[in-house]
Amino acid sequence: MPTKLRNLVQKEEMLSGGHRLCAGCGASVAVRQVLLGAPDNIQMVIGNPTGCLEVSTTIYPYTSWNTSFIHSAFENAASTMSGVEAAYQSMKAQGKIDEDYRFVVFAGDGGTYDIGFQALSGALERGHKMVYVCYNNEAYMNTGIQRSGATLRGSWTTTSPHGKESFGKKENRKDMTLIAAAHNIPYVAQASISHWKDLIRKSRKAFEADGPAFINVLSPCHRGWRYPPEKTVEVAKLAVQSCIWPLYEVENGKWKLTTKVRYKESIEEYMRMQGRFAHLFKPGNEEVLADLQQYIDREWQKLLERCGEEIEDL
Amino acid sequence: MTWDIHDIQKWSWRKHPLGGVIEDPGNSSKFKTGGWRTFRPVRNALNCNQCLICYIYCPDSSIIVEDGNVTGINYDFCKGCGICATECPRDAIEMKDEGEETDKQNK
Repeated sequence: MPTKLRNLVQKEEMLSGGHRLCAGCGASVAVRQVLLGAPDNIQMVIGNPTGCLEVSTTIYPYTSWNTSFIHSAFENAASTMSGVEAAYQSMKAQGKIDEDYRFVVFAGDGGTYDIGFQALSGALERGHKMVYVCYNNEAYMNTGIQRSGATLRGSWTTTSPHGKESFGKKENRKDMTLIAAAHNIPYVAQASISHWKDLIRKSRKAFEADGPAFINVLSPCHRGWRYPPEKTVEVAKLAVQSCIWPLYEVENGKWKLTTKVRYKESIEEYMRMQGRFAHLFKPGNEEVLADLQQYIDREWQKLLERCGEEIEDL
Repeated sequence: MTWDIHDIQKWSWRKHPLGGVIEDPGNSSKFKTGGWRTFRPVRNALNCNQCLICYIYCPDSSIIVEDGNVTGINYDFCKGCGICATECPRDAIEMKDEGEETDKQNK
């Protein structure tokens, strides 16, 4: 099926309205786009670890999921889904189930980068056929904006405040997509909600992959990033254009840049849009900003090299 | 499958399903979040060229699409975030004050 909106609207909506996510939340946009890439005529089991998405889509006695859903604790969504998948494989081998089932986990960056990391690593290593989607909003938004392994250096969060002694988070984020790719699984991708076509294509490939697939989707959070709610897509777009969040995929070990950045924006414009970086533009923090630009450029060069693209002059 | 929960507040623990299982998938469509709105997206069908960008970026699945065409906005669920109005390439959606719009409706 071509990736045209005219075809996609024919698909059944898997996440119904009435969920209690904030107005302008990026997470539900990510979920809708990923599920639009799912094949037709299949059954799905969706799992969530604790996170914004889980607490606001499944408030008893309501659920927003038009599919089977299983909730697990914060740290073990990948293990829970591994169990479900293994049970399905067994029942299918015994002839107790005929339908084609697919398994999807939607986890936040806390449930992927930090707390759910070892469960995820185990599941990827064991090779369970599932799609693991990390909707990355770069902090623990559900509990009130605490720093996570995905938070950018210099960013304000409630546990990395800025002031005389501090410029926000001191450490660089970790590259979870790269770590997932190091597991040598069939499909790993990095995507953004602003580039829906790219994301749906990646989701399709993830569902087709014979084994585990990991997609890391940038889904901005206006409460934590401090920008007006209507700018959610715009912020995500700028993150891609400034190479803070490059879009690429690793298919069976082959790296490919899926969105080429023609005019690389400086990170300044992206950061000026958001209140969490506002303190970096005050006197005294120029060095942090320059450092950050250097870090982003360096990562971008490394990625270009991995993807076999022409390396730009700095 | 429908699951009758209109009197769930009065249920004793015996009536709740074991493990808090929700027996009706997608039943949050009975829970209206439209009351959260401060601004209401109002669509001008004359400017719309059916690009469906609003559909793909709506966080609340609130863009009503019939036969591949946008026909309106579902105010039962729309929380008025304004992404559709910002992303619309033809400015066919305008954010208006919810209070004024409700007053107009009630006149």
